[in-house]
Amino acid sequence: MNHSNHVKSTAITAESIADSSVVASDAVARYALGLGDDALVLAHRLGEWITNAPELEEDVALGNIGLDLLGHARSLLTYAGTAWDRSEDDLAYFRDESEFRSRQLFELPNGDFAQTIARQLVSSTYFVELYRALSLSRDATLAAIAAKAFKEVSYHLDHSTQWLQRLGLGTEYSRERMQSGLTVVWPFVAELFSADPAADALDAVGFDGIAVGVESLRPAFDALVPRLIVAAGLTVPELPAARGGGRVGIHSEALGPMLAEMQVLARAHPGATW
Amino acid sequence: MTTPGDSGARETWPLWEVFIRSSRGLSHVHAGSLHAPDETMAVRNARDLYTRRAEGVSIWVVRASDITTSDPDAKGEFFESPQGKEFRHASYYSESESVPHL
Repeated sequence: MNHSNHVKSTAITAESIADSSVVASDAVARYALGLGDDALVLAHRLGEWITNAPELEEDVALGNIGLDLLGHARSLLTYAGTAWDRSEDDLAYFRDESEFRSRQLFELPNGDFAQTIARQLVSSTYFVELYRALSLSRDATLAAIAAKAFKEVSYHLDHSTQWLQRLGLGTEYSRERMQSGLTVVWPFVAELFSADPAADALDAVGFDGIAVGVESLRPAFDALVPRLIVAAGLTVPELPAARGGGRVGIHSEALGPMLAEMQVLARAHPGATW
Repeated sequence: MTTPGDSGARETWPLWEVFIRSSRGLSHVHAGSLHAPDETMAVRNARDLYTRRAEGVSIWVVRASDITTSDPDAKGEFFESPQGKEFRHASYYSESESVPHL
């Protein structure tokens, strides 16, 4: 947790990646695609809160977090696309459900505000640890994307931690709903820290030091999140893991309808700009 | 979320006034107001609402009900007295040439 001084400030953007001559290898691109899909799917879910949050200020807070994640997705998908001569939009809008490589936690429906906070707590902790490690990647583009994302996801973790405390220690009713939210998301925690086939492929072909082995991030998650949950007067759920498989294209029933909404405009009017 | 038939009667979050310092050395300036459940969340909401375009390096929030203001109906007594008293401006004094750093 104390390596934040390793994280450099580098303002990399999807545009700067697209304009550069950098080309990802197929193996790196498949790895970046999974990470990009995680960020894209969660960004879309958070966007669904706009006009629906309990207060206007939370519309903006969740919208801001979603836009940060969309920025990560754009950079990662743009980088992945350099390997296959496809744009970020090609990858976001013109792949079908089974081609998405996002882990299943991120596609979970928003539920109520507490359930979204529970998903954000788990997601943000995972992203903090992931991007902290990935910022040291030997792949300079991945390292730069991660370094920029790290500061943003650190703020996202603060946001969800603040709300976890307030809902957990608020009224009996808010405590109950926060606990229910944790119960819904908890079965999807294990998948986050299970082996990524794309990352394994990188290791297999001698790309060690490029991808992050997510199994190694679990101790940091276990050291933080259960402590936060207990400090908020709540109970760490003990539930069997969901079957997982997002990284190989297996998804819950929630992703298809979400993608239909996300992709309909781009598919109805390919290449449209506004 | 509001639901049909909901009377809309509920507790609302208190109002906070937000002050942003745009860079080191400048004063905090009133930027606007927002709702938040407490001071900690007010600072975070202010960050999201008023510093998205790199407007600031520091945020203060004050609960609006804690601010004591002058009476808007008492402008005459409060603010018209200085009119005609331009001698209060330092511009009436001539600079001394022997004082170098004024």
